[in-house]
Amino acid sequence: MKMKKSIEVKTQTVGRNRRNFLKVSGLAIAGSGLLLASCSDDDDNGNMLGGGDFDLGSGDVGVLNYAYALEQLEAAFYTNVVNGSYYAGASVEEKAILLALYNHEVNHREWFKAAINANVPDADARLTADLEFDFSSVNFDNRDSVLGTAKVLEDTGVSAYNGAGQYIQTPLYLTLAGKIVSVEARHAAAIRSLISGSADFTAFAGDDIIDSNGLDLAASPEEVLSAAGGFFVTPFTYKNPKA
Amino acid sequence: MNIIKFLDEFTTDQLQAPMSSRRAMFGQLGNISKKAAMLAVPFGLATMGNKAQAQSSSDVTAVLNLALTLEYLEDEFYDLALQSGVLTTAKSQAIYAQIAKHESQHVTFLTSAIEAQGATPVAKPTFDFTVGGAFDPFMNNANTTQATAYAQLLALAQAFEDTGVRAYKGQAANLIGNDAVLTAALQIHSVEARHASEIRRLRGLEGWITGNQRGEGMPEATQAVYNGEENVTQGGVDVTTLGSGTPFSVDSSTQAYDEILTGDQAVEIASLFIVS
Repeated sequence: MKMKKSIEVKTQTVGRNRRNFLKVSGLAIAGSGLLLASCSDDDDNGNMLGGGDFDLGSGDVGVLNYAYALEQLEAAFYTNVVNGSYYAGASVEEKAILLALYNHEVNHREWFKAAINANVPDADARLTADLEFDFSSVNFDNRDSVLGTAKVLEDTGVSAYNGAGQYIQTPLYLTLAGKIVSVEARHAAAIRSLISGSADFTAFAGDDIIDSNGLDLAASPEEVLSAAGGFFVTPFTYKNPKA
Repeated sequence: MNIIKFLDEFTTDQLQAPMSSRRAMFGQLGNISKKAAMLAVPFGLATMGNKAQAQSSSDVTAVLNLALTLEYLEDEFYDLALQSGVLTTAKSQAIYAQIAKHESQHVTFLTSAIEAQGATPVAKPTFDFTVGGAFDPFMNNANTTQATAYAQLLALAQAFEDTGVRAYKGQAANLIGNDAVLTAALQIHSVEARHASEIRRLRGLEGWITGNQRGEGMPEATQAVYNGEENVTQGGVDVTTLGSGTPFSVDSSTQAYDEILTGDQAVEIASLFIVS
């Protein structure tokens, strides 16, 4: 199956150069890929205002933008996966799972785009559709790298939605986030199970992520962007999630 | 309180009922063991009663009691499954044991959370996983083969997990304004989804739901768990129209979103297995 890459992958060189200009973001995440807009001369992000970081916003708008950022990241990752050589030679089972994840994440990404365009009247408050990512740390030819990154992204996605539910004000959006997060959790379980194989049959909901109350992770935006921030080249902040 | 009475009242839109009757129903200020609740409840659930809330505490209690009912069901099911001798592989035993652990933890957690609301947890129902003799998942009858019992054990687990995912999702919006309870409910919700994915894969299915397909080998009686999953309209948008290619096929578009069950629908499914 032939699929067109729809997301530009930043090269390692570009990522490193950008990191040289790293300043502490509004979220103060050392070592993440969050950069200040003003330190980059080639950002064509129309949403940047006055050279400052784009802030995701608060309440419903903030969560829509936040989820859109994460879904763009996941969709970009799986777009690379299904165009990579590991996928090309993977087992039938792994191919089917990775293709499904690609399908779902691209669908989610486009839904958030449509939802934001329809429900955020101020165009300047909408996250760009063209976030750039740095996947230089991922080897798309290698099973461990592909599945290991997928695991981080899916678990992080679940924890992000779980942690951000409380910022949503409108019941419809909370229900929609719920419709998506459970699919992310289904993904996470499948990927974990693939990685662990017969070495650990409990990995799908392992003791490393489910606590002694039987609860999954719920992460703050700071924690999420610390886990996934290294992939984001386009700068943004999420200063005040709570409306 | 009696489980049937609770379920009955839940299904008759008791959330819209006058506050006074709901208070009576949940025995507010009844026998509360605050000390025990405080010990078991993390991150301030116990103090939430003092905060301004969009939802009344009775609404929250009703949601938690519905959740507790479903967790009682799952907890007993997995315990009986592990004791039945029907699970003969290391893989199925490990998976069921891990899920059983979580369901037991959920029962304990929800019980404490309800007590922390100053309310009384609904009593554990009496379950019948044979549904009046239609199934024999624990191989209680001498003429039931292990293969048959195992198939039923897996099918029921899938139905319970996929129901759990949809039921929690359906109640989330009722918890807006009560951040700690909402977050905890979401944390249980995604664990149920992980369980569902794994049980489905153990049965040879994909971890996600395509259309309203209950999947190969699932009894027709479980179709109610999957009805509505064929929806492709999310927030007023037909997601099949958002682009081209495989991500926007009807199959992908239904897989990518799990649907809700209303409280009524969840109760109807659970009631199949509740004797009293």
